[in-house]
Amino acid sequence: MDRTFAVYMLASKGNRLAGLELRDIHKAFGETKILDGISLDIGATEFIAFLGPSGSGKSTLLRIIAGLEYADSGEVTLDDRRIDQLPPGDRDVAMVFQHYALYPHMSVHDNMAFGLRNAGVARGEIDALIADAARSLEIDVLLDRKPGQLSGGQRQRVAIGRAIVKRPKVFLLDEPLSNLDAALRMRTRVELAQLRQRVEAAIIMVTHDQAEAMTLADRIVVMNDRRIQQVGAPMEIYDRPSNSFVAQFVGSPPMTIAPATLMPGNDAFARLKLANGCEVATKVPRAGLPGNGLTMGVRPEAVRVVAGDGATTTAKVELVERLGDRTLIYAKLGDGQAITAEDEGYSRIAINDEVGLKIDGPSAYIFGDDGVGYHAERRAS
Amino acid sequence: MSRPRRSSQLEGFAFVAPFLFFYFTILIYPLFLGISLSLRRVDLFGGGQFVGLANYARLAADPVFHQSLINTFLLALIIVPTITVLTLGLALALNRATRDAAIFRGIFFSSSVLSVTIVTLIWRFVLAPDAGLLGELWTALGWTPLPFLSDPGLVLPALALTTIWWSIGLPMMLFLAGLQQIPGELYEAAALDRAGRWTTFWRVTLPSLKRTVILVIMLQTAAQLQLFGQAQLLTSGGPSGASRTVVLFIFESAFGRWELGYATAAAEILFLLILTLTLVQYWATGRAKEASDGR
Repeated sequence: MDRTFAVYMLASKGNRLAGLELRDIHKAFGETKILDGISLDIGATEFIAFLGPSGSGKSTLLRIIAGLEYADSGEVTLDDRRIDQLPPGDRDVAMVFQHYALYPHMSVHDNMAFGLRNAGVARGEIDALIADAARSLEIDVLLDRKPGQLSGGQRQRVAIGRAIVKRPKVFLLDEPLSNLDAALRMRTRVELAQLRQRVEAAIIMVTHDQAEAMTLADRIVVMNDRRIQQVGAPMEIYDRPSNSFVAQFVGSPPMTIAPATLMPGNDAFARLKLANGCEVATKVPRAGLPGNGLTMGVRPEAVRVVAGDGATTTAKVELVERLGDRTLIYAKLGDGQAITAEDEGYSRIAINDEVGLKIDGPSAYIFGDDGVGYHAERRAS
Repeated sequence: MSRPRRSSQLEGFAFVAPFLFFYFTILIYPLFLGISLSLRRVDLFGGGQFVGLANYARLAADPVFHQSLINTFLLALIIVPTITVLTLGLALALNRATRDAAIFRGIFFSSSVLSVTIVTLIWRFVLAPDAGLLGELWTALGWTPLPFLSDPGLVLPALALTTIWWSIGLPMMLFLAGLQQIPGELYEAAALDRAGRWTTFWRVTLPSLKRTVILVIMLQTAAQLQLFGQAQLLTSGGPSGASRTVVLFIFESAFGRWELGYATAAAEILFLLILTLTLVQYWATGRAKEASDGR
């Protein structure tokens, strides 16, 4: 299809082994610490998502890789070359900005050519690169337009094109979908997935939307409170959250976390008792669990609304959210503990109903008082 | 919509009527009164004999008026580009959130709040050859002090210098406002695009300031073609008319020799000149805007 990308991919394949390494990055703005000892290895062609709430330091980390901020200490190496003291333009990275940052007075073509011209690339090569990128992004008819004449989605694609033509080793995407409406967001998500097929480079995307991270990334780096909380493949993060923050941040709506006590016994798996007296038989090994200060976590899909005998506890419904294929029930247990449960799409449950809930023990997580997660040995299927 | 159309039109007219009243009595009526005056011979004791275009014909042949036109254009030619470049430079240097920058912004703006009388007083002290600041400086350097205000070749630059010192505040603020409108992301994108300082200035900053540059040039051109107070107070148009501006010529004709019709004719010519220049600049802006971003 596009010749230049094919050539680029062939040419770069030989030396695409090392990737990006972050070593013990620290950053503070004045008294406020932003990043506290970040270390991370990113494969040369990996799609990584930095996921975290605002203020978690994920954007700062991206900007440190880009060279728009400098770390107070620590190292950034790209393909065994230390880049953390280099100016942004010399790092072999390209960035797609949240608000696109297209030069408003330049045509789409000139926007894409600007970086190449500054790098001294020959005119013919520039035009060929732009033509290829524009064709594959379907913006070739827009090359003479100014950014002001483009729609949001078109601007987004121009911004991606401007990054592609630079043939970087790392693409940095800062909240690439946050400015788009829902329909366009889905489409751009597909385009980003295609981008990773198209380029032989690492892609790092900053997002606070766990669905984006789950659908696009090879690995998710969950960040909170200046530190990396967990690094892993999307389902690994979802299935085996390393702590209660990750457990609650990934998954929508968030997992219910309730204080629980470990019941005495000799069986291999922990049996918990919630504050309202409800007992839950988990598949988490009893060995190694701390004795007290435990909490139990259950995702909404592991708490079903049941009628009659199947219920392990009862709750009072506070809010009903119909999503079509399923219904989310926000309820309170007898002791006031909030819990989120799931029911079928055509649920007849109304606010203030007293409902029976069945907590699926094998799907439950246990967290220590330091938040560390303990997981079931094997997920019930 | 349910009301009769006529009454709602009347209502609308009632809302703009106060504005229209003042607009007509203060702007439109005097404009036509001026045109009518310029076609008459008018002096202090009335008169008003219609003389057709005689005043204009006299102006066309009046070397004093010619000299004042040349002086005015020379002053504008010196002042407008200098102010534009200088204030843009100042704005670029002071466009940062530090305390020092804030203090300097205040200092550079402070001259704008002075009245023309104070400004000319200050610059008389600076420019006077015998006891002035520059005179002292020249003497200290072992040179002969230059008679800035009495040398026909130096008086226009001296007048321009005074005017520039007085007028930098507003354009500097306009440029600062323009600079703050440029999103920081553009500069970050430029840094990632390997653009150096110079490239960034020419390809990012200056194009983003295009409208401000045009605005500053338009405002300054209109203002400097009406330069009056400094010339009157600093040199009274001298030596031998070397610094007489058009407005000073109008003032002298009207309130010195009481030739009101003649002075008004000169004013009409200045008005047409400024109007033409402004329209040309406006047209050029429209074209530049069309060519640049089409927003």
